[in-house]
Amino acid sequence: MRTVQVTPADDGTMPPALIRLARVNKRYSNGTVALRDMSLSVHRGEFVSLLGPSGCGKSTALRMMAGLLSLSSGEIEWPADGGAQDAHSRDISFVFQEPTLMPWASIFDNVYLPLRVAGVSRARAADDVRAALAMVGLTRFADVFPRELSGGMKMRASIARAMVTRPKLLLMDEPFAALDEMTRAKLNDDVLKLWKDLNLTVVFVTHNVWEAVYLSSRVIVMAARPGRVVDDIPIDGPDPRDDAFRTSTSYAGQCVRVSASLKETLAHASVDH
Amino acid sequence: MQASTIDPVLEAISPLNDADRRRDRRERVLTIAAPLLVLVVALAAWELFVRINKIPPYILPGPVLVLQTLWEKWPSLSGSLWFTVKLTLSALGLAIVGGVGLGTLFALSRYVEVSLFPYAVVLQVTPIIAIAPLIMIYVDSTMGALLICAWIVAFFPILSSTVIGLRSADHNLRDLFTLYRASPWQRFRWLLTPSALPYFMSGVKVSGGLALIGAVVAEFVAGAAGKETGLASRIFEASFRSDVPLMFAALLLVSLCGILIFLVTSWVSKKVLGHWHESELKRER
Repeated sequence: MRTVQVTPADDGTMPPALIRLARVNKRYSNGTVALRDMSLSVHRGEFVSLLGPSGCGKSTALRMMAGLLSLSSGEIEWPADGGAQDAHSRDISFVFQEPTLMPWASIFDNVYLPLRVAGVSRARAADDVRAALAMVGLTRFADVFPRELSGGMKMRASIARAMVTRPKLLLMDEPFAALDEMTRAKLNDDVLKLWKDLNLTVVFVTHNVWEAVYLSSRVIVMAARPGRVVDDIPIDGPDPRDDAFRTSTSYAGQCVRVSASLKETLAHASVDH
Repeated sequence: MQASTIDPVLEAISPLNDADRRRDRRERVLTIAAPLLVLVVALAAWELFVRINKIPPYILPGPVLVLQTLWEKWPSLSGSLWFTVKLTLSALGLAIVGGVGLGTLFALSRYVEVSLFPYAVVLQVTPIIAIAPLIMIYVDSTMGALLICAWIVAFFPILSSTVIGLRSADHNLRDLFTLYRASPWQRFRWLLTPSALPYFMSGVKVSGGLALIGAVVAEFVAGAAGKETGLASRIFEASFRSDVPLMFAALLLVSLCGILIFLVTSWVSKKVLGHWHESELKRER
C-alpha cells in the first residue's frame, strides 16, 4: 500500500497556512483510534475536501478544527494570524449534515443566532441577516418557520447562518449527503459561488468522489481503522467550475484517480477484518 | 455581499381551497357533535331506565333530579366548588414552580440530581392516601395540609418532564452554541428552554389532572372537618346522609373541574407550541 506522508507546505514559497494540523491524534476513552497522526495545512482561499469511507476520521478532524472536540495529542495552529485557536473561533462557521435549525424560530431568527449570541442587536444585525439570506436565495422566506421549507431550502438557511458572521474558514460536514442529486448539484454550484465571491476558505467533508473532485482545489483521501490521511491530490479544473467540466474527460480522469486512491484504502481495510 | 442569481426551487405553500375549508369545518363540527350526541343518548337512556324501573332516588337518581339538586344546592355547592378549584390551581401552580425550579437544578448540576432524585421518586411512589393522615397531624392549617398533599401528587410529572426536556436539545445545536461561544445563560434561554417546552407542556397536562385528584384524595382523608369544605367533603358528607342526588351533583362538578383543567392546559399548550412543534401541528392530507 502506498503511504504518503503529507507534510505542511510552509517552505517559504507559499504564504503561511490559515490553519495547520500537526500530527494530530484522537483516541476515544474506549480505545478507538479515530485519527492517527494527521497533518494538514489549509491555505487561505483553498477549497479542500476530506474524502474517505465512514470511520476514517474526517468528521473528527473537522470537529477538532472547529474546537468542538479535544485533541489527544498534536497541535492545531493558525499560522496566518499567528494566534492560538481560541481567539479565532468566531471566524469559523460550521455546516452540519442536518440543517440543524431551531424549529421554534423563524428563518430570520435562525440566521440571526450567531450575531445574537455575539451581542449584536436585532436592528443592527438585520442588514447582515438579510444579506446572508439573499446570498442563498431565501430573501422571501425570512419569516417562515423551518418546517415550511424543503430539505434543500433548510440547508440553504443553514448556509446563510454560517455566512452571516463573514467567517474566514467554513467547515462543512457532509452537508448535502441527505439531499437528492438535483438539489445537491445546485447547492454545490452555489457553495462554489459563495467561496469565490466572498474569498472564503472551505474544508468540506464528503464520501462522494464526484462531489469532492468537482468542488475542490485539493482532495485529501483518508482511510479508516485507524483514521488517517493517505493521499493529497490537487485538482485541476476551470475556474469557475461549469457544467462542461462535469462532462469533461479531465474531470472523469481525476475522478478515476481519486477513486483508485480511495479503493486502495478500502481494499486494505477489508484485509484488516 | 452579492445576491445569488440562482433562485431556489420554490415550493409554493398553496392556500387552503374551498373544499379543504369545508372539510375542515365539517371535521370540527363532528368532533363536538359526536360526543354530544353520545352524551344525550346516554342521559336519556339513564333517565328512562330510572323512570321505567321506578328506582328510588337514594339508590340511583336520574339525571334530571341530579341537575335539579345542583340548581337547588348551588349556593352552598358553589362555595365548595370554588374551594376545590382554588386548592387545585394553587397545588398546580406550586408544582410548576417547584418542578421547574428543581428540574432546572437537576439539569444544570449532576450532583444535585444524584443526591435528590431518589427522594423525588420516593415522594412519587408512596401513595398519597398513605401519607395524608400524617400530614394532617403535623400541619395545623387544613388548607396547608391539603395543599401539600395535592402538591406532592402534581409535582413529579413536571419535575421529570422538565429534566428530560432540558436535556433533549439537539446535539448539533448544542455544538453550534459552543462554536459561537454562547454564555450558559444564552444557552439556557435560547436553546434549552425552547427545547424543553414541549416536554414541560405535556408534564403540565398530566399534572393538571393529578392536582385535582390530589386535592380530592386529600380532602377525603381530612374528612369533613374545617370551616371551608371542598367538593370531596360534600360527597363524603352526602354519603353519610344517603343523599345520593347531592353526591352525583358534587361529582358532576368535580368532573367539570377536571374537564376544564384539561381544556385550559391543552389550549395553552397549543398556543405555546402550535406554530412549530409536531405534537400540535395539523398535518395536511
